[in-house]
Amino acid sequence: MLSKERTVKSPRNAYGEALCALGEIDKNVVVLDADLAASTQSGMFAKKFPERFFDVGIAEQDMISQAAGLAIAGKIAFASTFAVFATGRCYDQIRASVAYSNLNVKIIGTHAGITVGEDGATHQANEDIALMRSLPNMTVLAPSDYYEVKACVEYAYKTQGPFYIRIPRTNTETIFSKNYKHDPLRTVELAKGEDVLVCTTGENLANVVDAVEILKSKGIFATLLHIPQIKPFLAKDDIIKSAKACKKVVTIENHSIIGGLGSTICEVLSENYPTHVLRIGVNDCFGQSGKAEDLVKYYNLDSNSIAQRIMEFIK
Amino acid sequence: MTNLKEFTKQVRKDIIQMVYGAKSGHIGGSLSSVEILAVLYNKILNIPIEWDKSSKFVMRDRFILSKGHVTPVFYSTLARVGYFDVELLKTFRKLGSSLQGHPCLFTKLPGIEISTGSLGQGLSIGVGVAQGLKLDKINSKVYVLLGDGEIQEGSTWEGFMSAGAKKLDNIVAIIDKNNLQIDGSVQDIKTLDPLDKKLEAFGWNVLTVDGHNLDELEQVFLKAKESKFPTAVICNTIKGKGVSFMEGNAGWHGKAPNEEQYNLAMEELNA
Repeated sequence: MLSKERTVKSPRNAYGEALCALGEIDKNVVVLDADLAASTQSGMFAKKFPERFFDVGIAEQDMISQAAGLAIAGKIAFASTFAVFATGRCYDQIRASVAYSNLNVKIIGTHAGITVGEDGATHQANEDIALMRSLPNMTVLAPSDYYEVKACVEYAYKTQGPFYIRIPRTNTETIFSKNYKHDPLRTVELAKGEDVLVCTTGENLANVVDAVEILKSKGIFATLLHIPQIKPFLAKDDIIKSAKACKKVVTIENHSIIGGLGSTICEVLSENYPTHVLRIGVNDCFGQSGKAEDLVKYYNLDSNSIAQRIMEFIK
Repeated sequence: MTNLKEFTKQVRKDIIQMVYGAKSGHIGGSLSSVEILAVLYNKILNIPIEWDKSSKFVMRDRFILSKGHVTPVFYSTLARVGYFDVELLKTFRKLGSSLQGHPCLFTKLPGIEISTGSLGQGLSIGVGVAQGLKLDKINSKVYVLLGDGEIQEGSTWEGFMSAGAKKLDNIVAIIDKNNLQIDGSVQDIKTLDPLDKKLEAFGWNVLTVDGHNLDELEQVFLKAKESKFPTAVICNTIKGKGVSFMEGNAGWHGKAPNEEQYNLAMEELNA
């Protein structure tokens, strides 16, 4: 399930390749995009199955409503564009036409989080998980690497109902391997210790794994749980069990600390096992332009900053 | 046509009774759409009454109520045609009813293709359905009913643009042009004129009809079926049609009649 050595691979390519594989086995798979097919990589599907690909132009509301229409005509509709537009620009279409009718529409938001980079705040989705997580019927997934994107797309295809999957722009180091499968009921335990419980989701995973290694070198042993499925949150027991052992909890995400993984974990713990939680992510602010790696450091999401903040927290 | 005329009379009475019974609901825009739905469901649409039990279910025409607030006319028409028991109309807008204020898919009420009610979404949904039917080589048509006020939603124009650009010949947009919206006249608030020219410029074949004339409506819908382009049918209607004191009065958009008004309305409709 875990890769022996890390390679840098494109999660967006994983999306395009997964679509092509699904298109091959099921003629009911259709794909929509809003003028970003070359960026989201839905263009791979467009080349292979042009008759089942719909580029609606720069019209996200139209895209989501058309996806709803295709779904009630019996199709499994994947609709992709940048995360910020896929969730914000057409929120009411998602709410009223997709989620309320519980349709088989899979919304894929690429370029999620601050790591969009140079385009700056208008294009950095730091609120997309919060928006999608509040909708009834919606499943929310935030895979971390190439292999996990494939596993999540496959899981969404096999599971009836609306999905939101957020995918980063950046090419990330692989943590998982080819035979990794998404398990909605469990978190993925990547380290075991009793000094602190570290929870993460999405693109940061490699940085968090490295941060946990840094902590280990300083004699601090963390349990690390990777949490690809944020809603419905079915892995409560894993969190509660580890929180009981560790007593202190840290959440890390490339998303606002409001409404994302941090909020999810706080909700679970405050209802079941009240625990002191530190939420690391983008604080209540908009992002800015910069290279992705510079922004990661600026917003304290690099391994050294994460390790530093955890040490201060558990002191 | 006498039967169809009787049908519209019955639907109008249902509308008044449902909204009076629920003490809420949308009368004005329901009364303006009565003939449109009566002709569609009795003469045009090929949708099995035995809803999803028929083997020809996937071959059916699709009807999407984009102006989702006019559930009184929609539910009454569906019930009177036979999709479900007329008795259910009494539960309109009440707790636990499958007759929600706006059409709801998960109550499994026969005849509902998708939940609607947030305006401006039905046309693009219809475009999606139309494309899905084409992929499956199903020759049926998609009919979407919009209000004229609703067309102020920009997302509607995204749908008009998509269908026009793709020259979809299996979608018909029916516009109930009753000229009123909640705050007053469409003309004053944000005019759509010239609506026919705008739609033609978007690649649509545009037909205009008296939306209360049953014969004309049937003829125009039959013509729309033969079109090689997406077709818009602009139905000139009167909001509140059939009840004298409600006609042309924006105040009756979403208001329930009191007992006196209810009796007056029923008296007129029974005459």
